[in-house]
Order: sequence, then structure tokens, then C-alpha cells
Amino acid sequence: MACASAGGVPTRDASPNLQSLFISWLPLVRFASIWPGNDRGVAVAVEQHDIEQREVVTKKPPVDKVLHAVVTSGALASLVILGSIAGFLLYRGFQIFSDMGFGFITGSTWEGTGGEGEFTKYGIAPMLVGSIVLSLIAVFVALPLSVGTALFVEFYAPPGLRRVLISILDLAAAIPSVIYGLWGLFVLRPLAIGWAEALNDHLGWFPLFRVEATFFDGSPFIGGLVLAVMISPIITSVAREVFSQTPPELIDGARALGGERWSAIRHIVLPFGRSGVIGGAMLGLGRALGETVAIYLVVSIVFKINLQILFTGTGNIASMIALKFGEASPYEVKALLASGFVLFVVTLIVNLIATAIVNNSARKAAK
Amino acid sequence: MFSESPLEGAEITASGVGSTMREVETGRDSRNLLPSGASGLETIGAHAWFGKHHAIEDVSLRFPKSSVTGLIGPSGCGKSTFLRLLNRMHEFIPGTAFAGQVLLDGRDIYAPEVNATEIRLKVGMVFQKPNPFPSMSIADNVLAGLRLARIKTADKYMLLEDCLVRAGLWKEVKDRLKASAGSLSGGQQQRLCIARALAVKPEVLLMDEPCSALDPGSTLRVEETIVQLSEAMTIIIVTHNMQQAARVSDYCAFFLSEGGPGRVVEAGLTSTIFTNPVDPRTADYVQGRFG
Repeated sequence: MACASAGGVPTRDASPNLQSLFISWLPLVRFASIWPGNDRGVAVAVEQHDIEQREVVTKKPPVDKVLHAVVTSGALASLVILGSIAGFLLYRGFQIFSDMGFGFITGSTWEGTGGEGEFTKYGIAPMLVGSIVLSLIAVFVALPLSVGTALFVEFYAPPGLRRVLISILDLAAAIPSVIYGLWGLFVLRPLAIGWAEALNDHLGWFPLFRVEATFFDGSPFIGGLVLAVMISPIITSVAREVFSQTPPELIDGARALGGERWSAIRHIVLPFGRSGVIGGAMLGLGRALGETVAIYLVVSIVFKINLQILFTGTGNIASMIALKFGEASPYEVKALLASGFVLFVVTLIVNLIATAIVNNSARKAAK
Repeated sequence: MFSESPLEGAEITASGVGSTMREVETGRDSRNLLPSGASGLETIGAHAWFGKHHAIEDVSLRFPKSSVTGLIGPSGCGKSTFLRLLNRMHEFIPGTAFAGQVLLDGRDIYAPEVNATEIRLKVGMVFQKPNPFPSMSIADNVLAGLRLARIKTADKYMLLEDCLVRAGLWKEVKDRLKASAGSLSGGQQQRLCIARALAVKPEVLLMDEPCSALDPGSTLRVEETIVQLSEAMTIIIVTHNMQQAARVSDYCAFFLSEGGPGRVVEAGLTSTIFTNPVDPRTADYVQGRFG
């Protein structure tokens, strides 16, 4: 099917050329049709009152069939694996969902005797909120940083520096998150406590930077910063790639109209790369949502909804699972697997939103 | 305005004297000279390099005001490179170099104190492939130059209509100005690019094979547009189509590289170049015997 339709498209594009070709050869064609011996020419004159559409069959060569089977099974395998992960989490955690009901999402307590019973209450709201807050801080900080870096690398850096920067960025994207966590713990955290104090001193009137008491260590702010540093290389990489795809004739066109380099970037490159940058940001958001070790190391994990981003104590679902798993009773393990399922769904929703945004802006650009 | 008019008269006399001097100066190489007239744009001994590659050698041409000059010659002889020297876009490519002078109204556009961005406002350009900005509407495309160069206009709608009328596109798009530029045909897109170039009110318009990607009907429309525009501005057009050069241009310059850097073999009135050229190579080229 795909082959047949793909084969049909190019002829449409080429039609003006073909037409002119036909016109220029027209005298010859006429000549050919009156040639003696060209009996087939008669068939054209047959009345066409009953046209039967023919079935067009595209015969695939064996190589195509094999390749088709290989790629199809590959695609199916990844779908099956994804589905079975979700199925496993749901199956093992289902008892928790039925015991706790909606309270598992909205509740803020994680306490109990370790077994089933009315005194056992599991609710993951603080960790769910923590996951989202930490990731949003990370993307909010990382996005401008990454777009700026990508623009510098692509449009301002001299060629030698550009090559070096690209390989450093690729390297940075591959550093294991535990390294970022340790660096965050020993280097960034002491600095960031100072920044948090300064923010609270000068911008404390702004609700976002208010704290109930001046404890700044292990706050969502610091965790978010570490995540931001961690996801910047990915976002930068994607952004740089899409910026470099900007058609040079569009940039030339903008410069020829008296636009400076910055004007061309602002009005041509950024709109062109917008959907790609959003896609990169969502990729970063996905990684931030599921980050475990870095958060485990840097943040003081406290089981309480904390929306004061400068105030100590938060956590995310992934780090909570890692923290509690070792000493969990069989019933609690079920609760942790159910939490895993929630994280899975949240990540899926984020990705669906990302896809929708990317498609939407791509469609706008194409119109 | 009125108080300045004597001064303007003085300037015209001055530039008239200047051009006579130039004729005397370059008289030894009369092949590189287009006939006199108030020159909108003029090059003196222009050279261009890409790294070590010497692309253009010693081109001296004068482009009279309110005229169309065709640059003709085989591929790779430096016509497009020469065109990009005239609005300082040659220097965008790393490793390029330039020698000589390009005078716009008698002022050297390569002088150190000159702002290249301002030069590009005065010397507009239309490219080989139509390149409307795909994320913008038709109207936004026409007015893009104002945004890019941060120019304020009192009446954007007047300017929009004026540019589209002059580019010969108004009737076709006036009911869908908000539609995307991508929805236009190739020929309409190219006329949109011309309208876009007109919106920043250039004195000179450079066109780099503007019809090479267009069908015959659209080519005809663009050519009509070029002839109409030339009443008010200096137009320089690179073309591989001899009939087009004959149809639209008042003057022609024939470029040839012959293995080395591109040079101007012959320049003059289009009618002379096509019917009675001095150089046999010009005659061979315009009659389609090579290139």
C-alpha cells in the first residue's frame, strides 16, 4: 500500500516537465500513429462507454518481504514490551488501587502496620506533586539555557569552538545521573542554598519564593537545579539539531531584507525550530520525571506536599520507590508497584501532550 | 524638501562630472563599461575570492538608474557571486574576500563606516528559488522586512497593497492575505518575494535567476513586473535565458571564466550585444553556440 502511494506522488510534481515534453514531441507522436503497421493505434478510437477500473497489483520482491517482516516485528516487539510493563505494574499493584481507591492518588500519608488492614494508608500525592514540581523547575531553568547554548553553537561560535562544544554536549548527555547527583550534593547544593536565601530575601514578596521558615537545604529548588543541569545537554542537542535544519535560503532572505543576525534568528530560526525545541524540552521533562538517584542524593525526602520551592523537603515517585523498596513488606511492595504505574501513566500523559504540541505547531508552520 | 532642491541640483552636476571622469579613467578598457547616464550603482575593479579561489577579476560596470541590466554567461562564471557583492552578502560565507569598490549613489558601500545592514535595505534581492517565510501569512511576508529591520510605518495596509500591486500579485491574493505563503504557486511565491523586497523601499533590486524555477506563464508575469518596476528603480538580473535577457534588459554584461576567474567580456546596450557584439565569444554565446 505505502509503496503504491509513494510511487504515485513524484509524477504529480513532475507533471509540468512531462507536459512540456509531450507538447514538444507531439508532431512525432502524431506521425507515429499514422504509420502503417501501428495497428494498436486503432484501439484508442474504441468507444469508452463502459470503463472498467483495473486492479493494480504491486508485486513485492522477496527482499522487501523479509525487510517488511523484520521491521514490523521490531515495532511490534517494542509495543508488546511497553504493554507488558504497564500490565505487570497494574497487575501487581491492582490490590492497592482497589483497597485505597482514589485516595491512593490524593492521600498524603504513607503509614501502616505493613500488612492489610484499616490502619494501613498509602497515598502518593506528595511524591506525585514533588515529581511534577521538580521537573517543571528543571525544564523552566534548562530551556532558556539550552536554547541560548544551541543558538551560540550554531550561529555565533567560530568553527573550531563549535566542533569542540558539540562533542562536549554529546558527552554531557551521556554522563550517568549518579555523577550529576554527587556533583549536585557536594558542589551545587552549598552554592544553591546561598542563591535560595538571596531569592527569598529580595523576591520573598513573590508567592513562589515565600518560605514558612528559613530552611533552604534539600529544597525542590536545589533538586530542580540539579535536574536542569542534567537535562540541558539533551535539550541543547535537540535544539541545535533543529536550528541547523533551518533552510539557508530563508536566513539569506531575511538578511537580504536588512535584518541583522539576531533579527533573522528571532523571526526565522526560532519559529522554524519551535516544535523541535518543544519536543526536546519534553524529552528532558520525561527524563526529569523519572530521575531517581540524583534526587535521592540531593533532596531531603519528606512525605509532605511542598509547594514552597525554596523550602526544604520534597521527593519524587522514583526516589521514593528506591528509598522504601529495601525494607518494604510484601503489601507495601504492591503499593510501590502501584506508584510505579502512576509514574508510568504520568510520563505517558506528558509525552502525549508533547506530541500534540509538536504536531499542532508543525501543522501551523505547514499551513 | 523645497529648500534642499538647489543642493540636489548641485549633487547631480557633481555626479555627472564624476561619471565623465570615470569614463576617461577606464577608457582604456571600454569593454567593461556600460553606457553613461545617472548611475544608481557602479563597481570599479571588483574582485572576489572564496578562500584561495579567485572567482571574479576586475569587473567595472555602471548600472544606470531606472534601467534593467542583464548579467549573462555560462554557469560558474561568477554572475551570482558578483550579484552578492553588490549588497554585501558575499561576506556571509566564511573565508571570502573582496577587492575594489562598489559605489551606491557615489558612496563606497565597503567603506569601514558603512553599516552593511543599511546597504541591504537600499539594495534588495530576489533569489533563484522562491523563499517566502513559511511560518508567516502572505501579508506578514510582505511586511517581514519592516519587522526584521525594525522599521516603523504609519500605514502598513497602504504599504502592503502598494507592494503587492507593484509586484503584480494584488488581484490574486487580496482576498486571502491571512493565508499562509506556502499555499501560493511557485510563480506567485516569487512575486510575493518581489513584493517583500519592495516593502523596504530599495533603490536597487538584484535578481538572481528569478524565473529559473517557474513555468512559462509565471515567468511572463514576473518579466512584466520587472519592466514595470524598472521605471522607478535600478534592476540587475542574472539570467541563463537569452530570450529573457533580450526581453527585459536595457543593458547586458557578458561574463566568462575560461578556466580562470570570471571577467566581463563585453557590456553594452542589449540590442548591440545581441545583434552586433564586438567580441566573437559574445556572439557565440548569445547565439547558443556554447555555454
